[in-house]
Amino acid sequence: MTNGKLINGKLINGKIVDFADVVIVYDNFPAIAGATFTVASGEIVLLQGPNGAGKTTLLRACAGLLPITRGTANVLGCDLRSDRFAVRSRVGLLGHANGLYQDLTVLENMLFWSRLVGATRSDIDQAMSAIGLASRLSQTRVAHLSAGQRRRCALATLIVRRAQLWLLDEPHAGLDAQGRDELDRTLRTARDSGATIIFASHEIERARSLATRSLTVAGGVVTST
Amino acid sequence: MSQVSPRLAITITGTGTRFTRVLGVLAVVVMTWVVVSGLFLTPQDVVQGDAVRIMYIHVPSAWIAYIAFIVTAVASAFWILSKRHSMGFDRVAGASGEVGVLFVAITLVTGSLWGRITWGEFWQWDPRLTTTAFLFVTYIGYLAVRQLEGSIEQRARRSAVIALLAVLEIPLVHFSVVFWRSLHQKATVLDPNGDVKMDGLMLFTLFSGVIGFTLVFVWLVVHRQRTMLLGDLADQQGLDTAILARQNEGVSD
Amino acid sequence: MNKISGVRRVVGAVLIKDLRIEVRSRVVTNQVLPFAGLIMIMFAFALDNDDVLQRVAGGLIWLATMFSLVVIVQRSFAIDTSDGALDLLRVAGVDLSAVFLGKAIALTMQLLVLDVVLVAAAFLLYQVQVSAVGFVLLVTCVIFATTGLGFVGTLYGGLTAGAKGRETLLPLLLLPVMAPVLIAATRATEAAFGSGGAVTSEGWAWVGLLAVFAAVFGLGGTLAFGPLIDE
Repeated sequence: MTNGKLINGKLINGKIVDFADVVIVYDNFPAIAGATFTVASGEIVLLQGPNGAGKTTLLRACAGLLPITRGTANVLGCDLRSDRFAVRSRVGLLGHANGLYQDLTVLENMLFWSRLVGATRSDIDQAMSAIGLASRLSQTRVAHLSAGQRRRCALATLIVRRAQLWLLDEPHAGLDAQGRDELDRTLRTARDSGATIIFASHEIERARSLATRSLTVAGGVVTST
Repeated sequence: MSQVSPRLAITITGTGTRFTRVLGVLAVVVMTWVVVSGLFLTPQDVVQGDAVRIMYIHVPSAWIAYIAFIVTAVASAFWILSKRHSMGFDRVAGASGEVGVLFVAITLVTGSLWGRITWGEFWQWDPRLTTTAFLFVTYIGYLAVRQLEGSIEQRARRSAVIALLAVLEIPLVHFSVVFWRSLHQKATVLDPNGDVKMDGLMLFTLFSGVIGFTLVFVWLVVHRQRTMLLGDLADQQGLDTAILARQNEGVSD
Repeated sequence: MNKISGVRRVVGAVLIKDLRIEVRSRVVTNQVLPFAGLIMIMFAFALDNDDVLQRVAGGLIWLATMFSLVVIVQRSFAIDTSDGALDLLRVAGVDLSAVFLGKAIALTMQLLVLDVVLVAAAFLLYQVQVSAVGFVLLVTCVIFATTGLGFVGTLYGGLTAGAKGRETLLPLLLLPVMAPVLIAATRATEAAFGSGGAVTSEGWAWVGLLAVFAAVFGLGGTLAFGPLIDE
């Protein structure tokens, strides 16, 4: 399925992600059982497939969180087999969990994550308005937010990071129709400013209109659709 | 992650080789000699009588326990420092840690029995005893960390770090216990190892015990290390089947 | 951006985050402090003798500190694992040594407050006495001991964070490692209180040992924390 050749450690033909025969074993279970696919710069790729197909594992592996057991894996020019730590600061991951602190306010959460990555206050304001997180909520504790508002807050922390590769696991989950529109708009804007996006979603209709291409994940194997 | 060809796994039918068989026979011979000499040939001690015979087990097992934990630490350091992070180092560290815990247990049991006879008490808060007890608990913790879930690489990394932290910790424990005891009354009891007047045969038997236990230690670690390897290989072979099964999940849809 | 200022920024962010969450949620204040106070009272019931209590007050303070530490450490990492923040910290490529230092300082500060309460409880409940010199020794001892405990607590708390069976694994790993602190801090505190005829000047050597412990685990933890908590 791959047309381009993989040269170890080098990003060629603008390929952001280049996986060949990747197997990922965790606790003796091959969650990914031979994934071969590439993602080019500027794409918005939809991962579709049933629960337990390996979508989450694939996204976490792209973020450099999981060791690759077999095969070759390149993300943003970093070889994940030899050094999966180098890629981390350049990708943004939104998993099922939001990574927010319940007892801190929205703004405090934003400030915490932006201080870690060296973002400024105006980055925060921009991110919050982009995702439609009303500024009146900024003094509200995350524990008091609705599920959709928390999701937006998590997305805002992601926007602040200005990652080159966005990895989103069910980003639409928990958002209302308006929130989903704003999310889609945000993702397109991010893509237009140079980011590449891989996301998993059960919202097939909406996701297909957003994605430039979709991949099917089933039984830990990736095929193009 | 160690790469082992699947074919290798099929050809291994046991964990014994000619080397380990020779080693095993040697260990049995030496240990038999230690038992016979320790129980029947060596004389009684003037003060302790027959109780002194525990020494032929107690001292060598304590010696081996310390050796085992040094081996664990060195193998862990090699795992961390080696470029390829060869899993062989991790297996040796783990095997040696397990055998070490066994020998500390033997040391503590024989030591307290000996103490009961010579001091009249099972336990004294003597620096050496206290440190040994801490060693026991610390390496039980090390073995618990090895059981944590995660990838093989993660297991190796975590346990190597814990083994090296233990190396930092043991001297601190030992020093604080020595210091603690020296400020308080010195235990006015017989020092089991120091006060024994040893004749030539007793020394030789003790020395044989150290050699015999060392042989047993090496034999155990080599075998344990190989059963761990076989376990990993079985996982890998199972992995190919598991990968196929996993791939078929997708096809059946 | 240079490395030192980056580290300082992360340490500060993590430290402020942990302390602010404690100020808001008051888990340590409302649950752990009463728990520690309760231990001190239970000791009094169990030992039931003023002379004995006065004699062993130092040891009881530090035992109560260490049992409470296990609880505080679990709380400290539950904050980061309950909504997956620890995972995101790893993905963000944040220097984990700096995270370690930030969390360790926050933990140390909470332990300091705890020990002030425990020492006060010892004065009230166990009728211990302290001289002016003894007080200086006591304060120094508490500072070095809590620093060392903050480091080991954070190190092993990170290892067990999110692991199955962490409630039982953490004390198994942590209590033996803390043994030197228990011995040294207890002796120094006894010297400060003059328990059982202990002389104040004897205590300073123990404070030295506490300082060595804190230095060893501060350095060891800074190096080992990242490899320990990563997948």
